[in-house]
Amino acid sequence: MEHIRTTKVEQVKLLDRFSTSNKSLTGTLYLTATHLLFIDAHQKETWILHHHIASVEKLALTTSGCPLVIQCKNFRTVHFIVPRERDCHDIYNSLLQLSKQAKYEDLYAFSYNPKQNDAERLRGWELIDLAEEYKRMGVPNSNWQLSDANREYKICETYPRELYVPRIASKPIIVGSSKFRSKGRFPVLSYYHQSKEAAICRCSQPLSGFSARCLEDEHLLQAISKANPANRYMYVMDTRPRLNAMANRAAGKGYENEDNYSNIRFQFVGIENIHVMRSSLQKLLEVNGTKGLSVNDFYSGLESSGWLRHIKAVMDAAIFLAKAIAAESASVLVHCSDGWDRTSQVCSLGSLLLDPYYRTIRGFMVLIEKDWISFGHKFSERCGHLDGDPKEVSPVFTQFLECVWHLTEQFPQAFEFNEAFLLQIHEHIHSCQFGNFIGNCQKEREELKLKEKTYSLWPFLLDDQKKYLNPLYSSQSQKSAVLEPNTVSFNFKFWRNMYHQFDRTLHPRQSVFNIIMNMNEQNKQLEKDIKDLESQIKQRKTKQTDGILSKELLNSVRPESPALKATLSLKEQALLPVNNVLRTIEGSSPAANRYSEYADEFSKAEPAVVSLEYGVARMTC
Amino acid sequence: MPSLLPHDLCHERNASPAPGNPVPVIPNNVSDKILLLPHTHTHKSLIVSSSKQLLAVYPENSLLCRSSCLVGSASCVFSPGPIWEELRATDKQQFRPGAGRIGQREDELKVPRFVGPLGTIIIKCKDFRIIQLDIPGMEECLNIASSIEALSTLDSITLMYPFFYRPMFEVIEDGWHSFLPEQEFELYSSAISEWRLSYVNKEFSVCPSYPPAVIVPKAIDDDALRKVATFRHGGRFPVLSYYHKKNGMVIMRSGQPLTGTNGRRCKEDEKLINATLRAGKRGYIIDTRPLNIAQQARAKGGGFEQEAHYPQWRRIHKSIDRYHILQESLIKLVESCNDQTQNMDRWLSKLEASNWLTHIKEILTTACLAAQCLDREGASILIHGTEGTDSTLQVTSLAQIILEPRSRTIRGFEALIEREWLQAGHPFQQRCAQSAYCNSKQKWESPVFLLFLDCVWQILRQFPCSFEFNENFLIMLFEHAYASQFGTFLGNNESERCKLKLQQKTMSLWSWVNRPSELSKFTNPLFEANNLVIWPSVAPQSLQLWEGIFLRWNRSSKYLDEAYEEMVNIIEYNKELQAKVNLLRRQLAELETEDGVQESP
Repeated sequence: MEHIRTTKVEQVKLLDRFSTSNKSLTGTLYLTATHLLFIDAHQKETWILHHHIASVEKLALTTSGCPLVIQCKNFRTVHFIVPRERDCHDIYNSLLQLSKQAKYEDLYAFSYNPKQNDAERLRGWELIDLAEEYKRMGVPNSNWQLSDANREYKICETYPRELYVPRIASKPIIVGSSKFRSKGRFPVLSYYHQSKEAAICRCSQPLSGFSARCLEDEHLLQAISKANPANRYMYVMDTRPRLNAMANRAAGKGYENEDNYSNIRFQFVGIENIHVMRSSLQKLLEVNGTKGLSVNDFYSGLESSGWLRHIKAVMDAAIFLAKAIAAESASVLVHCSDGWDRTSQVCSLGSLLLDPYYRTIRGFMVLIEKDWISFGHKFSERCGHLDGDPKEVSPVFTQFLECVWHLTEQFPQAFEFNEAFLLQIHEHIHSCQFGNFIGNCQKEREELKLKEKTYSLWPFLLDDQKKYLNPLYSSQSQKSAVLEPNTVSFNFKFWRNMYHQFDRTLHPRQSVFNIIMNMNEQNKQLEKDIKDLESQIKQRKTKQTDGILSKELLNSVRPESPALKATLSLKEQALLPVNNVLRTIEGSSPAANRYSEYADEFSKAEPAVVSLEYGVARMTC
Repeated sequence: MPSLLPHDLCHERNASPAPGNPVPVIPNNVSDKILLLPHTHTHKSLIVSSSKQLLAVYPENSLLCRSSCLVGSASCVFSPGPIWEELRATDKQQFRPGAGRIGQREDELKVPRFVGPLGTIIIKCKDFRIIQLDIPGMEECLNIASSIEALSTLDSITLMYPFFYRPMFEVIEDGWHSFLPEQEFELYSSAISEWRLSYVNKEFSVCPSYPPAVIVPKAIDDDALRKVATFRHGGRFPVLSYYHKKNGMVIMRSGQPLTGTNGRRCKEDEKLINATLRAGKRGYIIDTRPLNIAQQARAKGGGFEQEAHYPQWRRIHKSIDRYHILQESLIKLVESCNDQTQNMDRWLSKLEASNWLTHIKEILTTACLAAQCLDREGASILIHGTEGTDSTLQVTSLAQIILEPRSRTIRGFEALIEREWLQAGHPFQQRCAQSAYCNSKQKWESPVFLLFLDCVWQILRQFPCSFEFNENFLIMLFEHAYASQFGTFLGNNESERCKLKLQQKTMSLWSWVNRPSELSKFTNPLFEANNLVIWPSVAPQSLQLWEGIFLRWNRSSKYLDEAYEEMVNIIEYNKELQAKVNLLRRQLAELETEDGVQESP
């Protein structure tokens, strides 16, 4: 609270982000302990969580006031004009403080209270149980076992306590191998493919330098290889570009030498590092935030940002991984440098391609818990939860979500969840409202006592499941199917609903998806109604002594003649109030249309030069 | 085997070539070995597996591009010996030097072993599909190639398919009479007291590219129209294109005024367009050309309306490109879409370089501007470019899609195409002759109509429930504009169509489309009449590549199609359930009243 000097400013203008004529809404700005709130003249509220604020910028004073531009981690950009400079300055300073907390304990999750008791909270945390998940995969088994080597985080601080390793890998081998790997992240099981008996394993880069080798590490890889009776060789995927990996050798790190490891097939897949990804996203956001953007600038910006190229690289790597397992039954060891960014992307996407379970709502939560949270993807650093090193921030997890979105586009029926689910998760990796994504590894989370002090996101998402269901999901058709996405360049598109989530004017005005989703819901209700009605009719019928209604009328409903059906639904639609609510035409109300986009200037009195917002038209003579 | 379209099959029966038509040579022994390799896709694929079915190619011969780019010697390649290999992408070029532009999915690329020389014919179709035929035997291959070439480069319109096509369906409604100008005028008549139907162009003498009947201000007589015609490019005097019932404002279209360098003026022209203005009101003239182009046009006798002579009008210049610029754009785009091997950067830069979406944005923006003038400014507008047969029609027709709910229905959209494209004299014969694969410079070739359809698709995507038709309807129109068994899109204007006696000699597309069995394929299950003006977003982030056209043959749409079917199922099921609930409710109500009757006495 001590950061908040001004809690309320009136007559603040909220500018339309893409309007070149400075269209704006006037309203009141409030600052609370957790949120920034703007209420416009129509009582429409815009809430911005302080933790979502990525940057606050004060622009040069204008005649109408002091402009304040706030960019959010969920890609919302708001542009306020505060009438008095003093107020602006106060808000600016407050937001700087509030958006960058120094201590974990000041994050929203530690004060957020959804009015649940301790038992409920604990149950929420137990909802996703990774031990259960490994059991589902089929481990432990004759080849894989649970290792207690890291039970006290002694071998690797950034790994979880419970790790699965080949049964024949003894503790000395594990310890030896961990000493030969960056941050002690030795090869462990990430996903076990039961029918192929092949495994996805993950680790960090070996400390091989130019010539160093480690027998234990070589043994461990051999053990992984042997744990797969179906195939003699295994793949080692270094997800970095070859040059980066080679450069690491000079620092005593590097990659596996094929000569030292028996039966490995080594492969680089060329995903760029976190710094490249960060600046790529930066460029992308710069381009699509431009007012009056031309098509050519948009596409050349999209190209030069490299964003889609990076997404494709991640996807291609995951496909390589899935193919090795599905087609060759070969186990794969994946690593990058530290094994918590690119490795998490590739392992989780690979598993998603292989296992339909991860394409369900609950399965996707499990996947994130396993490959991202438990294996130490540094969420707090990558999302910049605290005021830390900006060079550690990187949209690695965002890229993962985008890859999943691309898959949902190519396989519209393969996923139980919809786009809103992905967007909601993205919202919460930054919100710090729930404990799941706070901290950088399990050890740190335990020290923060997150399970006692904060709530888990997953039960809240499950409670809201209806919103996140894909109405077209078909668990049958692709149940056992391995997804084989096509990564031809033209299949990758700009994810407008993510990067312009809050820019409503850019989106289609009617959403087929919502309509189908509502209709699906309505169908369930109707099915229930039919049951109710049928039982009521039955009751009445048995009560009635003379059954006037012929039997056929009762049974004829399904295979009814189309003509009758048509007249019925036409005539009696009025009976169903739901029907109207369901199909209201979004965005077709006059208030919601975007007429002003094309030419704002018309409303002004007779300018000598007609300039049009989206047009190049100029009347000069 | 994928099913052939009914009209393909029926033509097989009537395949006797017209007199003077080159008789194709098809050796019987060869045909069984003919293979169709890539692009086996959806219902329209042809599998050429027997001599009889090779005939099935003929109906589509009009779908083929002309001359050597299609089946010229360059594309007809012979391999000397037996070939058996799983080809990888890199081998492709070596194997078939002429086939560099084909995109294949590698897994399908297995070439069975043949003994003897193998010829390859590559057929590039106007709908952007590329078909490859591998034919054993050099002579046979050459024969087939020359036959296809001859049949796809017919000189005379009267030798084209529509003149030989015999429909196998019952004609319920003759499409030639579905959208008569008189009927269309009737639709307005209640609201129009200031307009009349003029037959001044009855003999096509005043304006060769106008239909016999046009709608003009009542205050202007036919003599004045004749004078105005001499002042407008191609005799295209301003006529009514759209009447906005909400406020009585109108869209008119015309050719450019022939002011020339010395600023010629025409009092009748001024009077004509002023006649559409209410007292004290101003109108807008939208010139689809940038100012400098319009100024240059004066040197060639053209020009634009001078303020001094049209004080009640404000002129706005836009820049919609024309002819070869659009054609080059299409060629680049299709070429890029066919290349499956390019990396992301190359794809994006080629997509950008094609400028296709820039054209889409420009056209849509202009149409929105026109709609805005009408609906928001309450001003009438006159739209023209140079001839008034291309960009002008894109703008007038799209403005109507935005403004007029009727034009978003199937019937209304057909009427719109009939009125604003066919009757309005868009030269389909010239513009849609060869499509994207022609390598000879065709001066008049231009995808003006395709751009219009693409713009409609963009609006459809943004308002998926406001259109009675679906994407397939637009794709179907694209196909028939370029190659059809129906006469609708033949000729460049009404006058030519009259001379060709199309109504007597060919079948109208609408006769086929408007049958319930066909309509069901083109109906949007989500349609819910929306009586409002629909304003699309024209931001680059909101525009998309029309995959249904440009990526159609380059990717599998299996999962997308299945998802669409599932969506339709949900909608159908919903209807079914509602009907059932209603029926049960009625039953229950009846039972209740009976109970009441029984209980009361």
